[in-house]
Amino acid sequence: MQQTLRTWVSDWMQGLGAVALLGREAFQAVLKSRTPWRELLYQVYFVGVKSQSVVLITGAFTGMVLSAQTYFQFHKVKMDTATLAVTGVSMCSELGPVLTALMVAGRVGAAIAAELGTMRVTEQVDALRTLATHPVDYLVVPRLLALHIAMPVLTLEAIGVGIGAGYLVCVRLLDIDPTYLWANMLRYTDVPDLLTGLIKSVVFGGVIALIGCYKGLCCGEGAEGVGRATTEAVVYASITILISNFFLTMALGPLLAGL
Amino acid sequence: MIEVCQLRKGFGTQTVLDRVDFSIEKGESVVIIGRSGCGKSVLLKHLIGLLMPDAGEVKVEGQVISRMSERELLRVRSKFGMLFQGSALFDSMTVAENVGFAFRNRTGLSPSEVRRRVTEALEMVDLRGIEEKRPSELSGGMKKRVGLARAIVYQPEILLYDEPTTGLDPIVSDSIDQLIIRVRDRLRVTSVVVTHDMRSARRVGHRILMLHGGRIYAGGSPQEIFASPDPVVRQFVAGVSDLKTVDS
Repeated sequence: MQQTLRTWVSDWMQGLGAVALLGREAFQAVLKSRTPWRELLYQVYFVGVKSQSVVLITGAFTGMVLSAQTYFQFHKVKMDTATLAVTGVSMCSELGPVLTALMVAGRVGAAIAAELGTMRVTEQVDALRTLATHPVDYLVVPRLLALHIAMPVLTLEAIGVGIGAGYLVCVRLLDIDPTYLWANMLRYTDVPDLLTGLIKSVVFGGVIALIGCYKGLCCGEGAEGVGRATTEAVVYASITILISNFFLTMALGPLLAGL
Repeated sequence: MIEVCQLRKGFGTQTVLDRVDFSIEKGESVVIIGRSGCGKSVLLKHLIGLLMPDAGEVKVEGQVISRMSERELLRVRSKFGMLFQGSALFDSMTVAENVGFAFRNRTGLSPSEVRRRVTEALEMVDLRGIEEKRPSELSGGMKKRVGLARAIVYQPEILLYDEPTTGLDPIVSDSIDQLIIRVRDRLRVTSVVVTHDMRSARRVGHRILMLHGGRIYAGGSPQEIFASPDPVVRQFVAGVSDLKTVDS
């Protein structure tokens, strides 16, 4: 039992170190202008445009259910018009970035790990290296930058759609006064809430890209290896998003409070 | 041109290469033979720095590549072209994009010049008019030819072939052998071919090295290897599981 735990911790630390080194290598490549622009454009399209439906549906229904649940509780203490304020703050600082990141981790993180894993087992990554191309420059950098660019946009969309859908539920289904509802939402949802969400989305984008790329580039042999890499990329990225979200909230709260 | 000194490589508890020593002269065509799983491809990947040795070193034109970082190796690798066992074509690209990939980072070449060189390389491997096809639309033999075109398009000094005829029928295998000889003679490249196809080894090599038990077990001209009295060499050359069959 102790041995298993020791191995697990050692593997986890080793993985964390490897992801950090991959991040450093990618960051240096970006600074030295080694970004393949055509690939980056395609990845932004793949991450940003192709994830629209998933993110919009998630954002809309999260905003709707959050508004409904908040209303059921607030109605007991006659605070109906504060319902959308809770939805606004929650969507901006927590649910918007976290749920968008989890959905993107499932869609894009898995795709990255599967694509790079297949390239590795079919020697396409080695072929890249023999053609004097660094895999980090060609494969990791465009994916990392694409997620850094697309994630804040997707998160903003999820927040907007979530609040909009929540507003419709409150006004059309729950008969809450729209003027006070909207005024309270604007009053309690501040710029720091939105900034918190956007900063988190950039961090989560990096987490999804780096874990997906690392798992793909280091995957085991054969179909089983690719399958395992894909599953691990989604699981590890999701767990890292949830854990880092807590620490980001604790760090960004006091930091942005003064704004 | 290439020097391998006391090379050792293991995976886990298994030692695959154990103090391998040999050198290859400029313009020479060397064939490395050996049984499946004896470490031929592992050895080949060390020559281009795709794998790093546990001990020993690999020198290319006097430079010790086995101590270089991945970025330093990129410069050395521009001297090399490599044909992979499974061709390793980029399946998200067309044939023309695959063959012209090496020019992606090279400034000073216009798109029309790149197109011309791609067409020239494809013509050299007897493939015309397939520029816009995807690798999934090609047969095994065609994939190998495209892989070879990709390896020679930027006129490297050293060409590495990893099992170039494996999985191909005898006629396609023969055409690949002819291509290797044509590329070797026309471009005057140093060639290293890893194979267990003895017909191919006899034809394309100036010298044959046999890898056995993690070491270079035997070496010499094709005539010497095929006439070798050594039982291990004879068994492999004759392709029989029981040595008594060879003697009879």
